[in-house]
Amino acid sequence: MSQLSEYAVELRNVVKTFKTPEGTMLNAVDHVDMNIKNGEFFSMLGSSGCGKTTSLRMIAGFEWPSEGEVFIEGKAQGHTPPFQRPVNTVFQSYALFQHMTVYQNIAFGLEMEKAPAEEIKTRVGRVLDMVQLNGMERRSPRQLSGGQQQRVALARALVKLPNVLLLDEPLGALDLKLRKEMQLELKAIQQKVGITFVYVTHDQEEALTMSDRIAVMSKGKVMQMGTPVEIYERPSSRFVADFIGESNFLEGTVQAINGDQASVLVPILMSEVTGLNLGNLKLGEKAVVCIRPEKIRISEQPAFKTNSFKGAVKTTTYIGSDTHVYVDVSGLTIKVWEQNKISSLDPKAYYSTAQNVYINLFPENTLILADR
Amino acid sequence: MLKRLRENKSAQGTLLVTPTLIWMIGLLIIPLILTAVISFGTRNADGGVIYGFSLHNYARLIGFTNDCPDGQASCFDSLYANILWRSLTLAFNTTILVILLAYPLAYYVARAQPKRRNTLLMLVLVPLWTNFVIRVYAWMMLLREQGVINSVLGWIASRFGIPFSPLQMLYTPGAVLVGMVYEFLPFMILPIFTSLEKIENALYEAAADLGANPFRTFLRVTLPLSMPGVVAGTILVFIPVMGTFIVSDILGGRQVILVGNLIQRQFLDARDPTFGSAASLILMIMTLIVTYFYTRKFGFGEEIIAV
Repeated sequence: MSQLSEYAVELRNVVKTFKTPEGTMLNAVDHVDMNIKNGEFFSMLGSSGCGKTTSLRMIAGFEWPSEGEVFIEGKAQGHTPPFQRPVNTVFQSYALFQHMTVYQNIAFGLEMEKAPAEEIKTRVGRVLDMVQLNGMERRSPRQLSGGQQQRVALARALVKLPNVLLLDEPLGALDLKLRKEMQLELKAIQQKVGITFVYVTHDQEEALTMSDRIAVMSKGKVMQMGTPVEIYERPSSRFVADFIGESNFLEGTVQAINGDQASVLVPILMSEVTGLNLGNLKLGEKAVVCIRPEKIRISEQPAFKTNSFKGAVKTTTYIGSDTHVYVDVSGLTIKVWEQNKISSLDPKAYYSTAQNVYINLFPENTLILADR
Repeated sequence: MLKRLRENKSAQGTLLVTPTLIWMIGLLIIPLILTAVISFGTRNADGGVIYGFSLHNYARLIGFTNDCPDGQASCFDSLYANILWRSLTLAFNTTILVILLAYPLAYYVARAQPKRRNTLLMLVLVPLWTNFVIRVYAWMMLLREQGVINSVLGWIASRFGIPFSPLQMLYTPGAVLVGMVYEFLPFMILPIFTSLEKIENALYEAAADLGANPFRTFLRVTLPLSMPGVVAGTILVFIPVMGTFIVSDILGGRQVILVGNLIQRQFLDARDPTFGSAASLILMIMTLIVTYFYTRKFGFGEEIIAV
């Protein structure tokens, strides 16, 4: 591998336009910039139609950008066909060749490289070890379970030792338990072989579990790109805060900006809320206060002079590790996740309906986002 | 009675099969036995059958004849063996040509947009709306001496001042081949289309992704996955071509005689049902042998027939 570029894959200002059945033009991918570093586990996360699969297909070469350029290992790809790109794909449907055995499926890519027979044998054997499919060589894909087929699809792409492995919702068809196992296994394999993984998924937990970095996409655009911690703890927009995990939102106008802190007047609370200034705020403009349910503290007495609000418990849900408490504050329902840190059978240890409480928003855990 | 039938699965099965079974016994099995019996008989003076066991007709088909020019008791005449061989090679050539023509077309139709695909499929079937014999006669109009093709060629030649004498195309083996290919093309296109249509697009992408150029993708993925269609089409084309006599009758005249024509003439013109029956059985046996070896190698294309 020649290391001219620190990026395994780069999308520069990429647009992909499709004609809709109604005849209008639609930007499935809309001016996307993405830098995927060498050896990174990179996920594109978004709901269906957000452009993540189209972006992946443009890296693979199945689609060509309408505008902009895809670079692989620093080389502009232009209209290079898929069979000349140093990337391989694990397909959502697996796309295994039913007329070939497991061995023949995995050997296919190496035969296309005209690798010597001996080398093919060793490399197929090694990758079969890696995905734990020894002894399955002579089976037809039809005779395998969904999980095993998934492994064949992975092995078939991995055996080529591509610079970049593209995975299009590879675990989508598996049941929950198997999916969780495969998530860990995929991550382990990725760290072992050191290949750059570009992973497309609509499952935020999957993306958070496996990725080094995530691009959250919506309507063809990248909404935010960052590590799982950055995405979750410092969402750049209300959309991302809402899409990843759970959030409480309070709408208001910016009242004061004080370095990395800001205050928002929230009409419904008839009060100011102070939190972290995440940038792009302007005095007098609309902003949204965003706070994760697990970061709110409930108490019987207000903990602060500001940022503490009186409310009444609406409902509670005991879910084992946590209790989900829904507090009515001036007509707003605020979600609070209370961790059950003590083991108790006494109902008084948990909040009960109609109980008067205060919710306390720690300014350092409260995010103020521009709402435009 | 009805209640008992509802509970008895095997009786249900019998009931479902019976009508077809009666039909097949009456119109296939019994006639076949009759044909076999007649083929071992001998012909009397006015075209009737004297039943018995004689291999005379079979010997004649292979080439032994009593009708010798120099007064010998028996001699060798390859007339009928030639007819059998001609039928076999023609069926073989037709099948190959039909595959070569049908495959690209079926591929094109299978890869077309769904809306367009239905239109194209209907166009493939349009010729079948016209009577088989009429379509063969149409070829006669095209191929004969004053036919469309010769007229057009003559007109072109006259424009360039080249001397032109009409080509003899009708009543040649070529004319029969062209007619056969034309008649049976749809029966190859449809099964190949069906098998190609079932190939997921992701498989082509996977092959390309793994480094196969379009040509190798075709050889390693498309072709093997569409073989069931080719096999089913071959069976649908080869067997009828072996037996048909209309195409060769109209486009081949007396020049291109196939087993089908031979059989027809024995029954209608020569009034020798015993020899005609023997020829029928030989045709059937030849077809069975070829089909047997073919299907043993490639299967029946079950996946297509099952669709």
